[in-house]
Amino acid sequence: MSEVKKKIEEIHWLVRPETIRKLWFGSCILLAILVLADLLVEPHPYFGIDGSFGFYAWYGFFTCAAMVIGAKALSALVKRDDTYYEDTRQGDDDNA
Amino acid sequence: MLSTLLPPSLILIIGAFALPVVSKSLRPFLLLGLPLLALAQIWSYDLGSSATIAFLDYQLTPLKVDALSRLFATIFAIMACAGGLYAMNQKRIIELVAAFIYAGSAIGVALAGDLITVFVFWEIMAVASTLVIWSSGTKAAYQASMRYVLIHLFGGVVLMVGIVWQVASSGSVEFTAMQVVSPATWLILIGFLLNAGAPPLSAWLPDAYPEASYSGTVFLSAFTTKTAVYVLIRGFPGEEVLIFVGLYMIFYGIIYALLENDMRRILAYSIINQVGFMITGIGIGTDMALNGAAAHAFTHIIYKALLLMSAGSVMYMTGKRKCTDLGGLFRTMPLTMVCGTIGALAISSFPLTSGFISKSMISQAAADGQMMIIWMLLAAASAGVFLHAGIKFPWFVFFQKDSGMRPPEPPKNMRVAMVIMAALCIGLGVFPGTLYAILPYPVDYVPYTADHVLKMLQLLLFSGLAFFILLPMMKRTMTISLDFDWFYRHAGVRLSKVLAKAFSSVTAKFKNAMDLCLTRFKGLIVRYLGPDGALARTGQVGTMTLWVVIVLCVYLVVYLL
Repeated sequence: MSEVKKKIEEIHWLVRPETIRKLWFGSCILLAILVLADLLVEPHPYFGIDGSFGFYAWYGFFTCAAMVIGAKALSALVKRDDTYYEDTRQGDDDNA
Repeated sequence: MLSTLLPPSLILIIGAFALPVVSKSLRPFLLLGLPLLALAQIWSYDLGSSATIAFLDYQLTPLKVDALSRLFATIFAIMACAGGLYAMNQKRIIELVAAFIYAGSAIGVALAGDLITVFVFWEIMAVASTLVIWSSGTKAAYQASMRYVLIHLFGGVVLMVGIVWQVASSGSVEFTAMQVVSPATWLILIGFLLNAGAPPLSAWLPDAYPEASYSGTVFLSAFTTKTAVYVLIRGFPGEEVLIFVGLYMIFYGIIYALLENDMRRILAYSIINQVGFMITGIGIGTDMALNGAAAHAFTHIIYKALLLMSAGSVMYMTGKRKCTDLGGLFRTMPLTMVCGTIGALAISSFPLTSGFISKSMISQAAADGQMMIIWMLLAAASAGVFLHAGIKFPWFVFFQKDSGMRPPEPPKNMRVAMVIMAALCIGLGVFPGTLYAILPYPVDYVPYTADHVLKMLQLLLFSGLAFFILLPMMKRTMTISLDFDWFYRHAGVRLSKVLAKAFSSVTAKFKNAMDLCLTRFKGLIVRYLGPDGALARTGQVGTMTLWVVIVLCVYLVVYLL
């Protein structure tokens, strides 16, 4: 019983490769529709550039990419093992 | 007129002490009843009413009700009620007592009309919140709570010096809008900002909050930072420096959350990020911006509590909090996943959620003021919120890989609390008018235009695309990111060790030198007063008599001369 259950769980429909492929496909269509909808909806730009075609799409994409890459770059400087402060403390106790 | 019953803050603070003594079956009624009673009391006051008492030489106003204070007091009471429901099965009653005192004092700050009352409730909050963290019972929580309280007591001292200075120079204790022109107002501003999680001392928040219990963090997320937002709206609206502080906090929160592995610490960083939006709004300072900041605080408390309830449920059922240990929980915790996702959509200000109707007012205010760079940064930050909290939290906790864990849903009270908060997130998003009606200034803003909805969807979904394309770069590792607290948690420790070593070597040298001196002194004493010393030798009586005669002779000669 439990083995059958496990097998069903293993192939949960949401994580099957074909579902994931379909999700990617559907998302891409959705994104394309969203950008094309710019042609239909009249923009009310505040500054000019934000009224240009697909502004929010590329702006959102590239700023996010920049943040991820920026975070990655910063991690070279600030990343430590998650026992870092315990080690500091440990050294402290040893001395005490 | 104010009713003569207890003020709302004291209903919670005094009521909290009843929690440990009542029977187990009565406690749930108190946990829900006390905040509801406080809420009813808040709404029984007329706007503009106040109560004063004389204290020493001052006329204090412990109760002053206007639209702004009522808004914050309302959300604090709602939060206490939802938190009480969620924490009903918390076995450490001391956490509930502390949480209710904490909530009560937050309401006390919101309803305070003078700086002295603000300060008193401010400090009660610091102590009570420390107790909430501490009551989690782990060693890590104890250590984090001690670091937390040091920062907050320091902030309290800064605030007190500022208030005393301000009262002494202006002669008035009234809490009204101030200009940052004197050292006194600077100190008050710094004291306020410290509780908001402003740089450079922001690290106390992600350090301490995630160490509290599954329910403790839910309470903690609501009160300290949002009372800070409240006092800043009241005290420093339109203070330009706040724009820069706020923008810094926004991006600090995003970047650090992106690097973080602990799910509750991700959410803690995102508190700083969200408070950054509010503080930027306060800095802009127009009616629209202040409304936006206040509305965003209101909606933020709800969706952040929901997110932390969802994370708390996962932690309660699995005992794990690191993304590297979690994943695939959507299979057996669908309700927790759906509620967490609703919270995640709300924090990302998706259309039809509460975040959409509040945050966009702040961006609108920046656009109205023709502040292009600030507006561009806010738009980028909105996309970044979806990135670091909106997708990252649900993805790594509920989807990602299959961790193999199959935990059931949390107990009923926790599920109900999550559903209520999720319903509020969507309800406020669908009916923005209910929130707009209780904001401090009249609202002339329509969030749902085809243009605005489309732009927001483009921004958010393309940020989602960026997330999944760059997913390999975001693989979680068992790491932490250093922050300003490195100076007092690592460098300070090392420095004190070096100093201690240097000091001990100096004292050792001093001791050696002293020993040498003492040995020489002892030798001197022994030489003159020792058994063979000239001054200790025993002489004969004859010699003694001879000397006395000589002295007397000399005396005689001197006398006769």
